[in-house]
Amino acid sequence: MAHYPTRLKTRQIYSWVGRPLLDRKLHCQTYKEMSVKKEGCSTEIRIQVGQFVLIEGDDDENPYVAKLLELFEDDSATYSKKRARVQWFMRFCEVPVNKQNLLGRKPAAQEIFWYDYPACNSNINAETIIGHVQVVALAPGEVIPMDLKNEKTFFVKLSWNEKKFEPLSPELIAQLDKLQEGSPRCQKPLEAKTKSTESPSWTTEHAVKRIESRHSTSKSRQTPSHPVTPRARKRLELSSFPRTPNTRISQQTSRASLDSPGRTKRKVAFSEITSPSKRSQPDGAQTLSPALQAPEKTGEIQHSCAKDDKKASPDCHMILRTRVPALKTTEISEERTLTPTRGGRKSSVVPLVVLKPENIRKREAKEPEFRDEATSTPHRIRRKSSLLTLNRIRQQLRFLGNSKSDEEGEEFLPAAEISDSGSEEDEASPPPLPRRTHSSVSRNLRSSMKSSLQTPSKTPKKTPEPRTPRHATPRIRSRNLAAQEPTNTLEEARLRLHVSAVPQSLPCREQEFQDIYNFVESKLLDHTGGCMYISGVPGTGKTATVHEVIRCLQQAAQANDVPPFQYIEVNGMKLTEPHQVYVQILQKLTDQRATANHAAELLAKRFRTRGSSQDTTVLLVDELDLLWTQKQDVMYNLFDWPTHKEARLVVLTIANTMDLPERIMMNRVSSRLGLTRMSFQPYTHSQLQQILVSRLEHLKAFEDDAIQLVARKVAALSGDARRCLDICRRATEICEFSHQKPGSPGLVTTAHLLEAVDEMFSSSYITAIKNSSVLEQSFLRAILAEFRRSGLEEATFQQVYSQHVALCRMEGLPYPTMSEAMAVCSHLGSCRLLLVEPSRNDLLLRVRLNVSQDDVLYALKEE
Amino acid sequence: MSGRKSKSNSLIQAEYLSQVQRILRERFCHQSPHGNLFGVQVQYKHLIELLKRTAIHGESNSVLIIGPRGSGKTMLINHALKELMEVEEVNENVLQVHLNGLLQINDKTALKEITRQLNLENVVGDKVFGSFAENLSFLLEALKKGDRTSSCPVIFILDEFDLFAHHKNQTLLYNLFDISQSAQTPVAVIGLTCRLDILELLEKRVKSRFSHRQIHLMNSFGFPQYLKIFKEQLSLPAVFPDKIFAEKWNENVQMLALNRVTPSYPFVTAAHLMEANQLCSMDSKANIVHGLSVLEICLIIAMKHLNDIYEEEPFNFQMVYNEFQKFVQRKAHSVYNFEKPVVMKAFEHLQQLELIRPMERTSVNAQREYQLMKLLLDNTQIMNALQKYPNCPTDVRQWATSSLSWL
Repeated sequence: MAHYPTRLKTRQIYSWVGRPLLDRKLHCQTYKEMSVKKEGCSTEIRIQVGQFVLIEGDDDENPYVAKLLELFEDDSATYSKKRARVQWFMRFCEVPVNKQNLLGRKPAAQEIFWYDYPACNSNINAETIIGHVQVVALAPGEVIPMDLKNEKTFFVKLSWNEKKFEPLSPELIAQLDKLQEGSPRCQKPLEAKTKSTESPSWTTEHAVKRIESRHSTSKSRQTPSHPVTPRARKRLELSSFPRTPNTRISQQTSRASLDSPGRTKRKVAFSEITSPSKRSQPDGAQTLSPALQAPEKTGEIQHSCAKDDKKASPDCHMILRTRVPALKTTEISEERTLTPTRGGRKSSVVPLVVLKPENIRKREAKEPEFRDEATSTPHRIRRKSSLLTLNRIRQQLRFLGNSKSDEEGEEFLPAAEISDSGSEEDEASPPPLPRRTHSSVSRNLRSSMKSSLQTPSKTPKKTPEPRTPRHATPRIRSRNLAAQEPTNTLEEARLRLHVSAVPQSLPCREQEFQDIYNFVESKLLDHTGGCMYISGVPGTGKTATVHEVIRCLQQAAQANDVPPFQYIEVNGMKLTEPHQVYVQILQKLTDQRATANHAAELLAKRFRTRGSSQDTTVLLVDELDLLWTQKQDVMYNLFDWPTHKEARLVVLTIANTMDLPERIMMNRVSSRLGLTRMSFQPYTHSQLQQILVSRLEHLKAFEDDAIQLVARKVAALSGDARRCLDICRRATEICEFSHQKPGSPGLVTTAHLLEAVDEMFSSSYITAIKNSSVLEQSFLRAILAEFRRSGLEEATFQQVYSQHVALCRMEGLPYPTMSEAMAVCSHLGSCRLLLVEPSRNDLLLRVRLNVSQDDVLYALKEE
Repeated sequence: MSGRKSKSNSLIQAEYLSQVQRILRERFCHQSPHGNLFGVQVQYKHLIELLKRTAIHGESNSVLIIGPRGSGKTMLINHALKELMEVEEVNENVLQVHLNGLLQINDKTALKEITRQLNLENVVGDKVFGSFAENLSFLLEALKKGDRTSSCPVIFILDEFDLFAHHKNQTLLYNLFDISQSAQTPVAVIGLTCRLDILELLEKRVKSRFSHRQIHLMNSFGFPQYLKIFKEQLSLPAVFPDKIFAEKWNENVQMLALNRVTPSYPFVTAAHLMEANQLCSMDSKANIVHGLSVLEICLIIAMKHLNDIYEEEPFNFQMVYNEFQKFVQRKAHSVYNFEKPVVMKAFEHLQQLELIRPMERTSVNAQREYQLMKLLLDNTQIMNALQKYPNCPTDVRQWATSSLSWL
């Protein structure tokens, strides 16, 4: 994806083109066209009403996309008179995390959604418009083209109204298509700008910009708050962050100052401060700079800074490591780390003062770490804007403070571990700032190694730290040589088709996902407990869906949408004995070890006594039927605990059979389980097809027919998604074998898949009979003859033997001795072609066929 | 080189012979992975590719090798592992765990064995401490810690796989297959079994987690293939100390294979093979019958007649005794009339030899004379045995052919 410069160094001049049309009703003048001119640059962008435009947002890489509906001059607005009315589009990353699942597939890279939400503010400052963009509307049936020649082309297929994704109405598509025709005139003078921002020229400007920033902010101070930011539409996500009014102001001030005319190089200085927050919080965390943030947000920003740092600035990282031995410095840094927080707190009291960059500079004089904090950021800007990393960062940031990212953060920041005394202190202080140590260290370093920081390294490469396991004990030896990555399409497909490859979203289980999510969420919000029983045949995605729900809830909990909870998982099959479930739960809950009986007591005490204001516990019990005991006390306890109000325990149980509660549970147990039940139906062929397609997205390894074939085959057999994936994997192997020539192995065809299906499902009995020895075959014949003679499906060995001898005589063959025949019989029995009694019965052992007589006849006749 | 030329020559020959025996025994009895594979190239390729993917790419897999006994399952996997270990980058990076259903009779011992072979940290010396539950959770935890790219792949080889399916709840299989289907330490689970219905033994959730890859081994050789195998297996290797002897031997083997018998003494002849074959295919029961006394033979004949008359209905001692008495009374001169306890003793001896078998368990208070019995010999067997029985009285032989012969 291209890098869209939103804060350009050169000033942009926005001017109306054409004659104004007076709007009678609104008393303002509307225009049809606007031109954007850059100073020092002759190119001029003309933006017409009806075109699709990019609008400056707080995320450089992903500016907002919108359709320009109207351009007008608003005299009532004091700060910017040029206004525009737009129709917004949403990027997928802008959709709230917990709703992203509703899409049910992975979004295409350039896919955007028509934002059908009337409550959203569509009146924006016209000067936030960056430039043109192409938006192509696609009918529901069309596929989003994979090879994107033009990165500035977006595709819109669905509309999003904060509740669900819907296909675009045909009128809308027609309308969008029509508009598309009219706007191919889009030059890209912006690219050049991007580079200039990235050039390391800013050192020379260092002194200048400070002054400039000072007097620009004096302007920005006057600018009143104006609800023009496109952020307004991000209402949902924002609500998760406790927002103080001043942050909003600060945010808008920053915007205003950015947009105000008369900014030249100052912008660099400014972006120095704004960029970290802007970049690091694409969801619209509204921050000016970390230091200016309200206390509870500082943590997050620090966090993101650290994150940003580690991804984006290897040079900083490198220095960090060189500095590590100097423990003393880290201690100093520790002292310093606390200051920004204090500053932040102050800022919430006197917002206006703090919000001005001018003040920051002043403060810097007193508290150098402030400046450091601010200035340590720019080198982060210069990073390789590789889409992958960015997306990853963004994703992680979206779940700020998520435990996973915590862990990774530590992985990359050895410094944080070294100054752990400091970080502990941090955690103890009210605003938990686990990442601060890092930024403080970098701040520290900066003063000493300024020059090295200022020269941006052109080859930013992540150097992953060797992970030191926290618990060294249970661990398989790690390999010396890293596993190879897939090299061709088929290998890649195989990797993606492996059952273990966890997909981004689970297609075809949206309804179930939503039900479970709602159930758990409501229990979390109500601070109550409850049980849910989930059933379904194997391979229908029960456990995966629950895991997905938990993951989403954990993200939501990170975002403070739901209260935090503790998640425990036990699996009946992974226990040696039902009562061990207590031990496992206790261990995962409190890290205590106890015997089963003691653990049961402790848990009962924990869940039944009032007063302990603990978080809600979500307990997933997989393979519930294995927890059955004679007295059913395990199940009873599991379902009884949630009924106590103070337990705050949500139990999700999974088993295969739908009628398990009725069949094996006592009344008192099934009554406590309640009626919240859900059953996962086996996948239908279209669902299986969808699963395969979603896994193989952007990867042309299978013929479409082949996918459909396997989906139908499996759906007809079992509807087990695992089977489906395994067959496909096997088919890729067959395909690879059949194309012996290295190079392009080609597509997996229907023939390959049929072969795989045959291999996996065809009964091997017939081939086994065909390949058995002559003696075995004649023995089988004798059995058939004996069955036909007696009319029964069972015969003693003696009878069969006499038949065998008779048959051999008839055909003039030497007949075997009794011992030989017995050996043959037991051999066939060990293959389970025959069902035989233990051979102790000798002559009298009874023999039955394990295959139908017709099959045997068929197999024998082929000869 | 006939071995009869001189004494010293024959001594050397004897030495060679013992050497030949050693080589051949090693080849036939030790499952050494050095021999050649016959007729399983396709299966071998499948297996080796699978193992390589686990070892190199860290892809988890599960596969079952199914084939009747003696079809080369173990040899196949041994060959594959040997080849795999010869790849340098794999050698250091792969852990192997060998389990056998006959040795690890329950999940508890199996888990201990796995832990021991993986040399995890709760192994002290050669012993694994901790309870079953602890071991399981420890092992699962250990396997869960790994991921595709960084941890060492583990190859589990489960010999006599069907026996593992009989373990309680199939806990071990469930967990192994579950690991192979989730993003944990890469594992390859390879099961060896001779049962064709193995999948029906697996519980449905275990079955769902199994990848359904099956490698079938069938002994579908034709005569020429058997001939080739025979030649290759019997030929001496090129490193044999005496070249001339080896050449001669190999020539002989070739000729044997062509069924041209040469009666030179120290070499295997077709007759030897025939004899060995006969020994193998001998009816073991007929041999026992040869060693019976006349009285016991008579009893067996009486039983045979009873079987003929009553159509396989069980008999008791009294019936047999009566039948015997009838015969003795008619042909009193040829067979001594034994007293009843003596006949009873003979009858019990037959039972001990398992030529007759009681229908129900012997209870203490039941009268032995009236316990129902069944004969475990076929008519043809009896007749064949009588043909070869040394010094069988003619009357007895006649009586055997027909129960009415005395009329």
